[in-house]
Amino acid sequence: MEAIILQILNGLDKGSAYALIALGLTLIFGTLGVVNFAHGALFMLGAFCAVTFSRLIQMSHTVVDETRTDFLGNPLQVDVPYIYDFFGQAAGDVLIDWAVPLSILMAIPVMILIGVIMERGLIRHFYKRPHADQILVTFGLAIVLQEVIKYFYGANPIPTPAPDAFLGSFDFGLMLGFDAGGIVYPYWRLIYFLFAAVIIAGVFAFLQFTTFGMVVRAGMADRETVTLLGIDIDKRFTIMFGIAAAVAGLAGVMYTPINSPNYHMGMDFLVLSFVVVVVGGMGSLPGAVLAGFLLGIIEAFASMAEVLAILPGINQIIIYLVAIVVLLTRPRGLMGRKGVMEE
Amino acid sequence: MTKSNFTRRGVMKTGAIAGAGLATPIIFTGASWAQESGYLNAPQGDTVTLGFNVPQSGPYADEGADQLRAYELAVEHLNGEGDGGMLSTFSSKVLDGTGILGKKVQYVTGDTQTKSDAARASARSMIEKDGAIMITGGSSSGVAVAVQALCQEAGVIFMAGLTHANDTTGKDKKANGFRHFFNSYMSGAALAPILAAQYGTDRKAYHLTADYNWGYTTEEAIRSSTEAQGWETVNTVLTPLTQTDFSSYIAPVLQSDADILVLNHYGGNMVNSLTNAVQFGLRDRMVNGKQFEIVVPLYSELMARGAGQNIAGILGSQNWDWKLENQLGDKYIGTNAFVQSFGTKYGFPPSQAAHTGYVQALLYADAVTRAGSFNPCAVVEALEGYEFDGLGNGPTLYRAEDHQCFKDVVVVRGKENPENEFDLVEIVEVTPVDQVTYAPDHPQFAGGSLGTCNPGA
Repeated sequence: MEAIILQILNGLDKGSAYALIALGLTLIFGTLGVVNFAHGALFMLGAFCAVTFSRLIQMSHTVVDETRTDFLGNPLQVDVPYIYDFFGQAAGDVLIDWAVPLSILMAIPVMILIGVIMERGLIRHFYKRPHADQILVTFGLAIVLQEVIKYFYGANPIPTPAPDAFLGSFDFGLMLGFDAGGIVYPYWRLIYFLFAAVIIAGVFAFLQFTTFGMVVRAGMADRETVTLLGIDIDKRFTIMFGIAAAVAGLAGVMYTPINSPNYHMGMDFLVLSFVVVVVGGMGSLPGAVLAGFLLGIIEAFASMAEVLAILPGINQIIIYLVAIVVLLTRPRGLMGRKGVMEE
Repeated sequence: MTKSNFTRRGVMKTGAIAGAGLATPIIFTGASWAQESGYLNAPQGDTVTLGFNVPQSGPYADEGADQLRAYELAVEHLNGEGDGGMLSTFSSKVLDGTGILGKKVQYVTGDTQTKSDAARASARSMIEKDGAIMITGGSSSGVAVAVQALCQEAGVIFMAGLTHANDTTGKDKKANGFRHFFNSYMSGAALAPILAAQYGTDRKAYHLTADYNWGYTTEEAIRSSTEAQGWETVNTVLTPLTQTDFSSYIAPVLQSDADILVLNHYGGNMVNSLTNAVQFGLRDRMVNGKQFEIVVPLYSELMARGAGQNIAGILGSQNWDWKLENQLGDKYIGTNAFVQSFGTKYGFPPSQAAHTGYVQALLYADAVTRAGSFNPCAVVEALEGYEFDGLGNGPTLYRAEDHQCFKDVVVVRGKENPENEFDLVEIVEVTPVDQVTYAPDHPQFAGGSLGTCNPGA
């Protein structure tokens, strides 16, 4: 029983990342009709916003410590962050410790800006081109973005830990009437799940309860009519692209303490996120979220030793098997809308 | 009517060459190779070209970059530039800074991308287009095995870079290929006694293993060595190479009665699985009345940086460490000379990937010089059974039977409070070479044979 609860938690956590990325993908597809293969790169750029913020906050000047030597026997050059000079060491340490959550403040405007530039500068030129062209240009863009990141940050993962306060694990065992230590789950992963839930709820609320959201939804349903009403739907869709980029970016920022970010992390998520979108139903926002969590949980269960003992290797193909079964039985996906990608 | 092909000039040329050949005394030593021609990419003019095939893109690009720095340093030293590095400590004194056999060393580079097909393509290009006489480098066993086979077919020497799977000098060994780096068996043999001493002999181990060739051989080596010490293996689970989040593999460990987790992972896999394991509080757990422990059989200092504080207290093994000579004395002479050269030029200490590359370049140059020829078969003959010292690992043997180097193995532990990003591990112990030596026909290395050397022409 403990194992099952643990894997559900794992699935929800993994599903959070899938759902956030798939939500952004679906938003872009639903509004602009673009299949954005650079969306994983936006997730990666978000993670590197956290890395950049962490480095900015730790920018240092060197002080020579004559009492110690470096590996060559020369006097040791010690890096002292400027932030110590401004706020004192105690406050500086707190800011450095909380670099990841604080980097959200930087990531939101940066990611919206990147999204808007990407849409206005490149992707809008491909609206009327076939999906194959869109896939090629966005995939190419993803490769360019990851190579740029590799050039500046290297190929190795960069540790970006959570604040010390969230480093431990929460023991669900006693709370649920099991043995102590039977169900422990890292604090930061629980925070990630809650964060994803808040972001997803926020996006839905924005689309559902604001005038802007209403217009966007109307535009998604019937772009021509909305345009005929004199509404500049393109401008709103551009903003939606920015918002989708920010959602992916925030997913990346908060993911950094879970796995040290590297330039390739976007590609690792991209294919799975597309499967999530297809299983959920092209253009369906609730479908993307539902499929994200569903596939996350299924993938977690497929990785259990008991399952692998019966079906070796099932963990590597389960998501694609589910996708095949869903597409065979429900060709539009779980919650797909009629007419999307069916022309 | 017939037409003669003889010309006066042609006859004189042939006569001169034949006369020079007959006048040269034939000496039946290693140097007799020098009299031969008829091998691939024989150096023309006053230069010789080496091919450095390292990952310059992809996930191991940083390791490849460090390896390339070391190769460039080796070329400098072979050509008499810089401070000479390990040339001054190397037990063989035939390298004098005048290149190799008087020919200035130049090099070309290839990008393996850590993909076997790309690595073969870049090696082939360096051999066929650039005339490389030797290929060296790489940061993956899959790549090493693929490129080694290519070099065997082509007829050039392959001096392997960072490759740890048993198969490189086991079932996939080739006459033209040589490995200085240690292997999975050696990691197991070196680690097991120390693990037993540190954690006890009554332990239950759970293995997570990368689902590819290196993972299998490492799991097998660690399993057999630790089981021989009394440990029980409660489960082994293969994880996809592309896996990034290992939480669903870590969770079952919590449910098992294992008190040790062995992560047979390397590179990004290792960083992520270790980070995830620590996040799940495994290191804080008590199981069977014992403290839960994590073991990483193969350390990579460059990748360990990615795991940050999570490596603190984790035991693993290395081929070499830049602190060896300072901490364990003159036996590991050469280490400081290399660190000094590398550190002065680049500003940070070298990784073990850089060290093995540098040493391989020097060993090749030395073998050619001792043989008096670039002929691959002469080089093979010079390297087989060759004993040397002064290159940082202590006395070392290039065993003739499998072309594997035998030397001490360094057991390390992640440092609790590293002073800087280069000081991530501390040396726990150095396991003497005798304890990591195995018979050439050991079951973990069964199958395959060296075959015969191929000079390529």
